[in-house]
Amino acid sequence: MSRLSSAFAKGHPALVTFITAGDPTPGATPAILDALVAGGADVIELGMPFTDPMADGPAIQEANIRSLGAGTKTADIFRMAADFRARHPDVPLVLMGYANPMTTRGSEWFAGECQKAGVDGVICVDIPPEEDPELGPALRAVGVSLIRLATPTSDAARLPAILEGSSGFLYYVSVAGITGKQQAALGSIEEAVKRIKSTTDIPVAVGFGVRTPEQAAAIAKHADGVVVGSALVDLVAQHGADAAGPVEALTRALAEAVHSAR
Amino acid sequence: MNAPAPNSFRTLPDDRGHFGQFGGRYVAETLMPLILELETAYRAAKADPKFTEEFEDLLEHYVGRPSPLYFAPRITEELGGAQVWFKRDELNHTGAHKINNCIGQILLAMRMGKTRIIAETGAGQHGVATATVCARFGLPCVIFMGATDVARQAPNVFRMKLLGAEVVPVTSGAATLKDAMNEALRDWVANVHDTFYIIGTAAGPHPYPEMVRDFQSVIGREARAQLLSRTGRLPDLLVAAIGGGSNAIGLFHPFLDDPTVKMLGVEAAGHGLDFAHAASLAGGRPGILHGNKTYLLQDDDGQITEAHSISAGLDYPGIGPEHSWLKEIGRVDYTSVTDTEALEGFQLLCRTEGIIPALEPAHAIAAVAKVAPTMDKDQIIIANLCGRGDKDIFTVAEALGVEM
Repeated sequence: MSRLSSAFAKGHPALVTFITAGDPTPGATPAILDALVAGGADVIELGMPFTDPMADGPAIQEANIRSLGAGTKTADIFRMAADFRARHPDVPLVLMGYANPMTTRGSEWFAGECQKAGVDGVICVDIPPEEDPELGPALRAVGVSLIRLATPTSDAARLPAILEGSSGFLYYVSVAGITGKQQAALGSIEEAVKRIKSTTDIPVAVGFGVRTPEQAAAIAKHADGVVVGSALVDLVAQHGADAAGPVEALTRALAEAVHSAR
Repeated sequence: MNAPAPNSFRTLPDDRGHFGQFGGRYVAETLMPLILELETAYRAAKADPKFTEEFEDLLEHYVGRPSPLYFAPRITEELGGAQVWFKRDELNHTGAHKINNCIGQILLAMRMGKTRIIAETGAGQHGVATATVCARFGLPCVIFMGATDVARQAPNVFRMKLLGAEVVPVTSGAATLKDAMNEALRDWVANVHDTFYIIGTAAGPHPYPEMVRDFQSVIGREARAQLLSRTGRLPDLLVAAIGGGSNAIGLFHPFLDDPTVKMLGVEAAGHGLDFAHAASLAGGRPGILHGNKTYLLQDDDGQITEAHSISAGLDYPGIGPEHSWLKEIGRVDYTSVTDTEALEGFQLLCRTEGIIPALEPAHAIAAVAKVAPTMDKDQIIIANLCGRGDKDIFTVAEALGVEM
């Protein structure tokens, strides 16, 4: 069983946490990643900073700017990933970001680096199924999961195309909008998750706008996983290089809420 | 490398929105259904004679088309080579070619039942044109504009506000056109249900590059018919400035299958290609940004680098995907012109023809000034005068060290 499959087969909903690599500096990231693990995160998403994060709200935009300002390079991110894999052999690690940094040296190069660094999956915000040849084949060839996004605008007709060639889990973006903003009504999330789960066995993790343990627990009643990003990134913004402690505390509260939701 | 030349250069994009390896639909999943719906709606509109009729009626009676094709005798004499003709799109309502596309897109928006319009703008010309059509049709309008551009294009900001638009200054990144486009995309993704995004250049996800090109092709269609009726022949060379490339593709596209017509796209070389510039083809490489694959200014990691041009309208690190394709297959030549050369072109046209051009077409004029003297006197150049210069007089005064 892959690390991602195991993370969703623990008998309780999974907590998926996001931070931006190199925020506030490349040196600070390992301790923050360790804090996520110590706090009980089941899956780690490591954001690849990009100059033009079109799908992100202010919190993650600022994190990108801090990271790039500190000189974070793609090579640093793969080094962080490889070191993480050495420290945490069993915790799944997913890279999340935008198409250009992922494909700029060719998708085979990127997929190969993911494989070498022990990266389990990749979420690319701006490669929809229609442009899959840009990245999907290279990832599948080396056994790295391509994790796709589904949204409130993905109707029944689009879902099969989204699911085709994706693996690991499906990231359900609960609001039509950017990261870190408002949260969707619980009822609509429950309905959407039900609809998706009726068509696939892939675990469904729900994110965008989830900030508190209470919100996370409510969603975890219906979903296989809950994604929290901007709330953690805000702590990094607030505490900088000393963010590990507060990040671990929030992660623990979120994990307890999600793991015991049902 | 040496792929056989296609039978026609005018059949792309393909059904996936690609021009060769360029173009495509690189957008967040939230936008995909809307992009597909837009494509369907555009296909239906394109096939509907009523849509074309309304578009052409507005171009004639509201925009003031056809714009004149003007033979410029004094600049021709001064340069001492080919005859220089200008396609006078600066005489359009709102003073630039941008309005052609805005008319087409707002008609499409209303056809789709959208009730709110957003747009990005650099120099403010597209913002003004969008605000204008929104006032004309009574739709609310939000314009995203980099804070840097808000400062250097104050007259256009005021125009947009007079026209009833809300102007949102964008402070992220370098606070110029690319950042305005990011912010417009963020707004769109959160308001897909009622909002239509009027993209101002022939870039972005499919079908925008095709759609903007089609709406702007009125420039080239008119120019072709006008020159044929005046001289009985086709031009030898077309010249146009390129930021995203909408005025250039509008002029070029109707001539692409005329093998004797050469074409020259002029990028902004800013301080020079070894320094800060906005010449994506000359100084960039293919990548993915703002929904399409195209030539981009970027570093080794694929991070987008800041563009620079004295012309706010050319200050963009990408270019429309069809231009990337036309460069790769060699149908169109591309060159670049520095800020200093553009300022010389600006003054040359003022002095010789009594026309104050925008800084964008001043780049085309500077390229004409270089190439015309190398051509025969019986040859014909058409350059696109895609905007008038009123908005730029403060920038030019500052660059020339004049206190106003």
